[in-house]
Amino acid sequence: MSAAAASSSGTERLYWLMLLAPCVFLALFYLAPVLNVLVLSFTVPRPGVANYAELVNNAAVQRVLWTTVRIGAITTVLALLIGYVVAYALLHCGPRERRILLGIVVASFWISALIRAFAWVALLQSRGLVNALLISAGVIDSPLSLVRNEFGVVVGMVHYMLPYAILPLYTSLRGIDDRLVPAARALGATPSQAFRWVFLPLSLPGLIGAGVIVMIFSLGFYITPAILGGGRTIMVAEFISVQISETLRWGLAAMLATVLLGTVLLLVMWLSRFMDVEQALRK
Amino acid sequence: MASPGTSPNGPGVSLKRIVAWLAAAFLLLPVLVVIPISLTPERYLSLPTNTISLRHYESLVTDGRWSKSIADSLIVGLGATVLATGLGVAFAVGAWRLGVPLARRLRLLLLAPIIVPPIVHAVAFYRAWATLGLLDTYLGLILIHAMKGLPFVVLTVAGTLANVDPRLEQAARSLGANARQAMGWVILPQIRAGIVAGAAFAFITSWDETIVALFVTSRAVTTLPRRIWEGLADNIDPAIAALGTVMIVLTFIVVAITTARSASAKA
Repeated sequence: MSAAAASSSGTERLYWLMLLAPCVFLALFYLAPVLNVLVLSFTVPRPGVANYAELVNNAAVQRVLWTTVRIGAITTVLALLIGYVVAYALLHCGPRERRILLGIVVASFWISALIRAFAWVALLQSRGLVNALLISAGVIDSPLSLVRNEFGVVVGMVHYMLPYAILPLYTSLRGIDDRLVPAARALGATPSQAFRWVFLPLSLPGLIGAGVIVMIFSLGFYITPAILGGGRTIMVAEFISVQISETLRWGLAAMLATVLLGTVLLLVMWLSRFMDVEQALRK
Repeated sequence: MASPGTSPNGPGVSLKRIVAWLAAAFLLLPVLVVIPISLTPERYLSLPTNTISLRHYESLVTDGRWSKSIADSLIVGLGATVLATGLGVAFAVGAWRLGVPLARRLRLLLLAPIIVPPIVHAVAFYRAWATLGLLDTYLGLILIHAMKGLPFVVLTVAGTLANVDPRLEQAARSLGANARQAMGWVILPQIRAGIVAGAAFAFITSWDETIVALFVTSRAVTTLPRRIWEGLADNIDPAIAALGTVMIVLTFIVVAITTARSASAKA
């Protein structure tokens, strides 16, 4: 009996080791470096809150933050609008059609952001496919500027974020009891009333959850805005990168990284009220 | 925009289905433009007019810079996958077996690399890795990619573990297996599907990771995303389209297989 107890406490030690070793690894190599950035924002170039004063004084910083919030919001609204309709259609179409549509959504989810940005540059640049088509069709005389501006960034961002909106929305809409809308109809509601008063309110938590997910990823997005913005439309992630690699303003970069991280963490805390965060982040 | 509820739920052509197919076309078609571009006989970004050529596919193999990048991505990806899978499975099994509230809280810590914006930890790693002398080393990038893959392994493996009956292990132990045998012969085989899926996620995460690689590597280690990024910065190389085509075709094959499998599993 005592031997069994001893071996079971030995086993339990093994499980504790298995549990804690990855956490120690992450604490040392992940948390410590990230916390160091937060500290840097108060200590470099000199101790104090001078870096944070730039939020009030520096027009360039304010412009970048405003661009980031604006593009993030436009992307979120567009991705939610389109994503909701797609998720709703997925709910009501046949199994075969659903498999094909979901397959396209999932596949595009996995295709690298770099390849997608490359494709958009090829399509939208001034000698690109879209302009060539429009010119040869006689719609326009000179090429439209579709890329290296905010338009290009929004197109690329919505394209990237759409699967992030569709998949959680579809999961959430599927969880709504499908007898409620017919019940409302039986009680005399028109289809649009049944939708607005029954289905839409029930889908609101999913809508907010998907919106927060898209917003979180949009605010910190680097690749697509950097390639499609072409140095003219600059979002905060690219601005941080420029501060470090070109102007070497570590304090400013650390401050903006801290602000970005704080915003994202607040959004995640808010998200946890509407959905299981772990479920939402699972690919 | 009309409300989706205004159209009846019948199987006919409805506004919501038109929008759904338009959205699918928007997701799919622009990406497919890389296929014709990859077949251009020219050195610059263009569509093939009279003839097509496979020269850009050839250069993926023969051009030393591309083949080095493919090798680097494989080395870093495999290293990160092994590390992330080992640590992730250990954590998930430990948490499942102990079932303590602390484990749930620690799990949130492990999710940090997905939640923290990549640019924030890119800056953090750049600074810390410079101090540790890990900049531009395979080990340095493997450690980072392992941490980025770890949450996916934990989430996937914990998901499969939730369906494993803990009494199975007790049964094995009472039949005379020691802890290690019970783990190797009873628990791990039960969660193999989850481990494989988690490892696949970890590998793809590393294969795709761009921002941190841009910060912490330069010449010695040049993974594919870094190489593509450099190719996009100067004159755009059609070899990127060839590589993109290969990756898109692979993605669609994998998605088609997994969808067909899950469909037949349901039937």
